Amino acid sequence: MNFPILSSLILLPTLGAIFILFTNSSNKKYQSSKYVALFISLANFLLSLYLWFIFDKSSVEFQFLENREWLSGYINYKVGVDGISILFIILTTFITPICIISVNATIKNKLKDFLIAILIMETFMIGVFCSLDLVVFYLFFEAGLIPMFLIIGIWGGERRVYSAFKFFLYTLLGSVLMLIAIISIYWIAGTTDVEKLYEVGIDAKYQNLLWLAFFSSFAVKTPMWPVHTWLPDAHVEAPTAGSVLLAAILLKMAGYGFIRFSLGLFPLASEYFVPLIFILSLIAIIYTSFVALMQEDMKKLIAYSSVAHMGFVTLGIFTMTQQGIEGSIFQMISHGLISAALFLCVGVIYERHHTRLISEYGGLVSVMPRYAVVFMVFTLGALGLPGTTGFIGEFLILMGTFKKNFIVATIASLGVILAAAYMLWLYKRIIFGEIVNQNLKLMVDLKRFEIVILFSLVLPIILFGFYPEPLMDTIKVSVGNVLEMYNLNINSNIAYNN
Amino acid sequence: MENLELIVPEIFISIAIMFLLILGVFKKNSSILVYNLATISLILLLALIYNLSSISDTSLFNESYKIDKLSNFMKFLMIISGIFVMLTSSKYLQINKLNKIEYPVLVLSSILGMMVMISSNDLIVFYMGLELQSLSLYVLASFNRENLLSTESGLKYFVLSALSSGLLLYGCSLIYGFSETTNFNIILDNSNEIQYGLIFGVVFIIVGLAFKISAVPFHMWAPDVYQGSPTSVTILFAILPKIAALTVFIRFLYVPFINMIDQWQLIIVFLSIASMIFGAVAAIGQTNLKRLVAYSSIGHMGYALAGLATGTNQGIQSSITYMSIYLVMNLAFFSCLFMLRKNDDYYEKIEDLSGLSKNHPLLAFSFLIILFSLAGIPPLAGFFAKFYVFMSVIEESMYFLAVVGLLSTVIAAFYYLRIIKIIYFDPEKHKYETNHSVGLKITLILSTLFIIVYFIYPSGLTEIVSKINVI
Repeated sequence: MNFPILSSLILLPTLGAIFILFTNSSNKKYQSSKYVALFISLANFLLSLYLWFIFDKSSVEFQFLENREWLSGYINYKVGVDGISILFIILTTFITPICIISVNATIKNKLKDFLIAILIMETFMIGVFCSLDLVVFYLFFEAGLIPMFLIIGIWGGERRVYSAFKFFLYTLLGSVLMLIAIISIYWIAGTTDVEKLYEVGIDAKYQNLLWLAFFSSFAVKTPMWPVHTWLPDAHVEAPTAGSVLLAAILLKMAGYGFIRFSLGLFPLASEYFVPLIFILSLIAIIYTSFVALMQEDMKKLIAYSSVAHMGFVTLGIFTMTQQGIEGSIFQMISHGLISAALFLCVGVIYERHHTRLISEYGGLVSVMPRYAVVFMVFTLGALGLPGTTGFIGEFLILMGTFKKNFIVATIASLGVILAAAYMLWLYKRIIFGEIVNQNLKLMVDLKRFEIVILFSLVLPIILFGFYPEPLMDTIKVSVGNVLEMYNLNINSNIAYNN
Repeated sequence: MENLELIVPEIFISIAIMFLLILGVFKKNSSILVYNLATISLILLLALIYNLSSISDTSLFNESYKIDKLSNFMKFLMIISGIFVMLTSSKYLQINKLNKIEYPVLVLSSILGMMVMISSNDLIVFYMGLELQSLSLYVLASFNRENLLSTESGLKYFVLSALSSGLLLYGCSLIYGFSETTNFNIILDNSNEIQYGLIFGVVFIIVGLAFKISAVPFHMWAPDVYQGSPTSVTILFAILPKIAALTVFIRFLYVPFINMIDQWQLIIVFLSIASMIFGAVAAIGQTNLKRLVAYSSIGHMGYALAGLATGTNQGIQSSITYMSIYLVMNLAFFSCLFMLRKNDDYYEKIEDLSGLSKNHPLLAFSFLIILFSLAGIPPLAGFFAKFYVFMSVIEESMYFLAVVGLLSTVIAAFYYLRIIKIIYFDPEKHKYETNHSVGLKITLILSTLFIIVYFIYPSGLTEIVSKINVI
C-alpha cells in the first residue's frame, strides 16, 4: 500500500489551518471556521481509527513506513508507527475535536487564530508520535512550543505572560541539550534513523551522557520533580482547551520518548539510572500529592495531581517489566482522558462563576446534578477506582514495581491513597456541603455541547476500564519487543564485561 | 594578458558608479532616476555574476585576485541582499529627505569595495577593498547630517574603524616582514615553521576583521551606529559588510594560515563564545529595536564564527549557510521595521509594537515568524542555520562550544519572546499606515515565505554550499 497515511494524518490539520486562514469570516462571528476546524479534526480522528483498524497487531515491525530524502546526505524524513505510538496518535486525534468543541464557551476573542493554533499543534503532536528519525522527532517536539506559547500567552488568564515564558524557556532549555545529544549520536553512530540505531546500538561509553541529555528534555516535559514547577503555572493560566492539550498530550510526549528513545537507544544507561528515576518518581508521587492536598485553586490541584500521575508513569517505564511498561502506556492514555475531562469540568464551572478558588464553591449537587454525576466519574477515575481506566494503569505499574523493588512499590502505593484523599476532598468541597454563595444558585446545568464532550470522555474511561483488551492487545507485542531488545543488550554487555 | 572577462562584474559596477555620479551632477532633480538606475545596475550585476558561476577556480593579476565558488556565491548573496535593501528603503529615503544622488552611488561603491574584499587573495588588494567599503559606509552612517545621532554614529564608526584599520595594517606589515610577501598562496609556502611575528600579524588581522563583523570584544561601535544611522543604512550594515568580512575571514584563515590552526582556533572560539553570550545577555535590556538588532547580530555572528572555528570545510559551509539564512531573516526584520510608519514618522521603539496584532495581523504574524526563526525554533529556517553550525562543531568534538552556543540560544529566546509578548499580548497602541511601496511588500513576503517553507526542501541551499571547498 503506497498511500502515505501517516503523512496525511500529519498534514491534514495544517491544511485545515491554512484553509481557515484564508476564509474570510469577519461577520457571522467566525462560526464557519469553527465548523471547518471541527470537520477537519473529526476527519483526522476517523483516519486514525482506520489506521488502527488496518494496523497489524501481531507484528513487531514499524508499519506504514515512509522514508523520503530530506536533508540530503544527512537525514531522511522517516515516519512509521508501532503498537505504542498508534495509541498516542489516536489519543491526539480524539482530544483535538473535543478541544475545538470546548472553545464554544471559553474563547471570546480571535477565535479563528485560536483554531489555527490548535490545528497546527495537532500536526506537531502527531508528528512527534510518528517520527522515526531523531532530528524529525526533535523538529516536531520543539515546534509545538510555538503554538502552545501563543495559546497560553494570548488567551490565558491574569499571569499568562509569566506562565508562557516559563513554559517556553524551561522546555527549550531542556531540549537544546537533547539537540546536542542527537547531533552527537549522528557523528557517533553515523545515522539518526531510529530503526538503524536499534540495530547498530550506541557505544557503551557514550550512553550515560547521552541518556542524561535526553533525560533533561523529557524530565522537563514529563514533568518530573524538581523541574515540574512550570506545569502548575502553565495550567492555571492556559485557557481550558490549552490545559486539555497540555495535560492530555504534551506531557505524554516525554513518556513516549522515554520508552522509544531512552530505553531503546541507551539500554545500559537506562539500567544504570534506574535508582535516580525511582527516587525522583517517588518524590513526585508523594510530595506533589501532599502539595495537591493543600491547593486552593482547582486547576492547580489537578496540575499537581498530573505530576503525581506522571510519577507513576516514569516509575512503571523504568521497572523494565512487561507489566510496568504496559501499565505506564495505559496510564498515560487514561490520564490523557481523565485529566482532559477534569480540566473541562473546571472550565465548565469557571465559565459560569469566573473563579477557580475551591472555597468559592459548594453544594453544586443541588444546582447542577448532571454535572455532579459526570464529575464523579472523572474523580473516581483519577483516584484509580476499579472499573475505570485509572485503576488498570496504576495496578499494572505497581505490579511491575513489586516485581522489581518491594520498598519502592510500597511507598508508591501510598500515592494511590493520597490521590483518593485529594480528589475526594476536592469533590466534597465543590459538590456537597452548603451553597456558600447566592450566585451559585443561578448556575445552569450542563449545556448540550458540554454533555457531548464530557460523555464522549466518560465512555472510553469506563469502557476501557472494564474491557482494556483492545488497548492492551495493541501494545503487547511492541512492548515485548522493546523489552526483548533491552534485555538482549543488557545481557550481551554483561557477557562482554565478563 | 589577463583574462579580463572574469572581472566584468567589477568593471561594470565601476563604470556604473562613475556614470551615475556624472548623470546626477549634470541632470537636475535626478535623485529618483539615479536610485532606480542603481537598482537596475545591481540586477544586471547579479546576472553577470550568475554568468560566471560555471567557471572553474581561477586567479588573476599574479594570483592576487581570485574568482572561485566561494567568491561567486558570496558576491551573489551580497548583491541579492543589496537589491532587496534598495527595494525596501526607497520610500524611507524619500520621506526622510535623504534621497540625494550620492546615496545610491555610495551604496554601489561600498558594494564594489566588498566585491574586491571577497575576491582578494592578497593583503594589499584586501585592504584596498576594505577601505573602499569603509569610506563609503562612514559617509552613509552620517548621511542624515541634520540628525545628531546619525552624525555621532558616523564619527564613531569612523574613529573606531580607523583604529581597527590601523591594527589591521600593522598586522599586514608584520606578516609581510616575516613572510616576505603579501600574497596568500605564497605566505602559505613561506610559513612552514611557526614564527612569532607571523602569529602576531595573524592576531592583529583577526582583531581588525572581528571589528568589521562586530564580534565581542570589538563590538562597541555596533549598537550606537545601528541606532544612529538611518534605518536604510542600518540594514546595509547588518548584512553586506558581514558577508564580505566573513568571506575574508574564511580566505585569510584557511588559505595562508591553515597550518597555524592551533594558534588561531582558540581565538576564534573565544570570539564566538563571547559574542554568543554577550549578544544574548546585552539584548535583554534594550528598548530600541535597531539597537536590539545590533546586539542580536553580535550574537548571530558568534554562531557564524563557531562554524569557522572548526577548521573544516563542513564548518565553513555551515557558516556560509548560516549567513545566507541570517541575511534573509534580517531583510525580513527590517522590512517589518520599515512598515512601522505613521504620518511620515518611523517608529523604532519596542513599545511602539504594542498590540500590533490587533490592527495589523499580517505584519504581526511576519514578526512572529521572523522572531521565532531568529531564536532558532524549529521548523523555521533559523533552526536549520543553527543546526548546520552545530553539526559541524560537534563533528570536531568541540562540545564546550556547542553547549555554550545552545544555552545562549535559550537566553536569546527570552528577548525575542519579549518582543512577541509585546506584539501579541499587550494592549494596542498605534495604528500604522498601510500604503507601502511594492518593493517593500515583496521583500517582506518573499523573505517570510522563505523562512516558513525552508524546512520542506532544505537540501537546495546545502547542495549549492557544499560545492564550496576552500581547503
